[in-house]
Amino acid sequence: MAMYNDKVMEHFMHPHNAGDMENPSAVGEFGSPVCGDLMQIYLKIEDGIIVDAKFRTFGCGSAIASSSVATDMVKGKTLEEALALTNQNFVDELGGLPGPKLHCSMLSEQAIKRAIYNYAQEHGLELEGLKGYDPTVEDIDHGCEEE
Amino acid sequence: MREVYMDYSATTPVKAEVMAEMLPYFTMKFGNPSSLYGPGFEARDGVEAARHNVAHLIGAADKEVYFTSCGTEADDWALKGVAELKKAKGKHIITTKIEHHAILHTCEYLEKQGYEVTYLGVDAEGQISLEELENAIRPDTILVSIMFANNEMGAILPIKEAAAIAHKHDVLFHTDAVQALSNVPIDVKDLDVDLMSISGHKIYAPKGIGALYIRKGLVLPNLLHGGAQESKRRAGTENVTGIIGFGKAAQMAEENLDYHIKHITELRDYFIENVQKRISNVRVNGGMEHRLPGNVNMIFDFIEGEALLGYLDMQGIYISTGSACSSGSFAPSHVLAAMGLPPEKIYSSLRFSIGDFTTKADLDYVVDCLERTVQTLRSFSPFNEEHPMFGTTQVHK
Repeated sequence: MAMYNDKVMEHFMHPHNAGDMENPSAVGEFGSPVCGDLMQIYLKIEDGIIVDAKFRTFGCGSAIASSSVATDMVKGKTLEEALALTNQNFVDELGGLPGPKLHCSMLSEQAIKRAIYNYAQEHGLELEGLKGYDPTVEDIDHGCEEE
Repeated sequence: MREVYMDYSATTPVKAEVMAEMLPYFTMKFGNPSSLYGPGFEARDGVEAARHNVAHLIGAADKEVYFTSCGTEADDWALKGVAELKKAKGKHIITTKIEHHAILHTCEYLEKQGYEVTYLGVDAEGQISLEELENAIRPDTILVSIMFANNEMGAILPIKEAAAIAHKHDVLFHTDAVQALSNVPIDVKDLDVDLMSISGHKIYAPKGIGALYIRKGLVLPNLLHGGAQESKRRAGTENVTGIIGFGKAAQMAEENLDYHIKHITELRDYFIENVQKRISNVRVNGGMEHRLPGNVNMIFDFIEGEALLGYLDMQGIYISTGSACSSGSFAPSHVLAAMGLPPEKIYSSLRFSIGDFTTKADLDYVVDCLERTVQTLRSFSPFNEEHPMFGTTQVHK
């Protein structure tokens, strides 16, 4: 398929970390089926390190491929390191996404942020990467704009 | 890898017989139909014979068929032509919300030129209300344009009745019959339409050829100005090979019409039945009674259509999310939205269209692949029967 490169296709057709996690330490969700895509991420966190990650995604090929690489990339990272990851890191790891599909990688960045935010709230953690972050504020273009 | 093309509503392959008819016109019979010598006359004769076949398929007189470069050009010409012709009478046009973009975007253009357009809604089956149509007609209404059959969900609209209402109020009537051609019996005299757009590549002729039927006596302003081609109404050297192909395809379509409709309808119903037997939480969009023979538009709950399309593509199965022209625009289908489907259901909808080369074995293969693929994608979807999409997830939550 000409729309995506081989790496994106590989992660789309054979996504890593897809499915359920038992007793996740943190859960984050971003998107809306009304906009055409939604991602849930599950993190297992031990001693401030993300030791495992899983996802469930409703979305197109680039949303699924981004979910796959994003869950790969957060593994082994500290919470601060994971918060520093941006959608551009996922796009780079995928070797690029078609222009109109770039926003799909935003889902992963924001779902990770929400999961860690939820975890920090629950455990009373103050994280540098969450400074000024308010998940109730809609300042993120995640691709739900009209054509 | 086995390949199954199931996007006949987007385009069709050129049939071998059509190709064979066209080939001599590329090399041996390459003359310009306007030339006044042997090879020119030869090309001219070919074009006129093809025009006769196309006219015959729709019950028109030969001279009422004007070849264009595509269905879109025919739609453009009809709308802009009537707008120009009747502007002294008024600037109001009536169409529907489910038209092809060839109509909708031309209407948008006309709105910018000071015309007013009423867009009729449709019900859950994709049908318009004739009462609503009649109520929308005003003294300054100059044109009603309603598609014959919808490209996305296959609804066949009551064109004869709609045309009668328009004419009762002395309003011209146009129909975009690109999808209906060769799938529905069409007789322009019986339907009593003034203008009708058709296209070759949906009926096994090549791309790049369409036609506008213009009722005798109606003189539309030219869309293209230049030479004397197409009775001086549409200038430009004829796409002779395309016209020859369209003519042959029209002839074959007419010969096969009854069998085609029966056979394709059977395949469609066989496919729907098997998909629903094997896969849960699947629904057909649109009504089954007035529906194109080859159209299947289905919602696969909990998964996103484009992802399913991509997985099927890798298995050699070629289908579409909504219309081919809006794929890549990422806006949810305006047609399914007009039928009242919420966006999340639209994103889970796919169109399969069946044509003359589809076999039962193809459909069995597609159902096998679909069953597996839907299961895979649902295995990592955030949604399922316990967690349905609708009403459970708020925007930006």
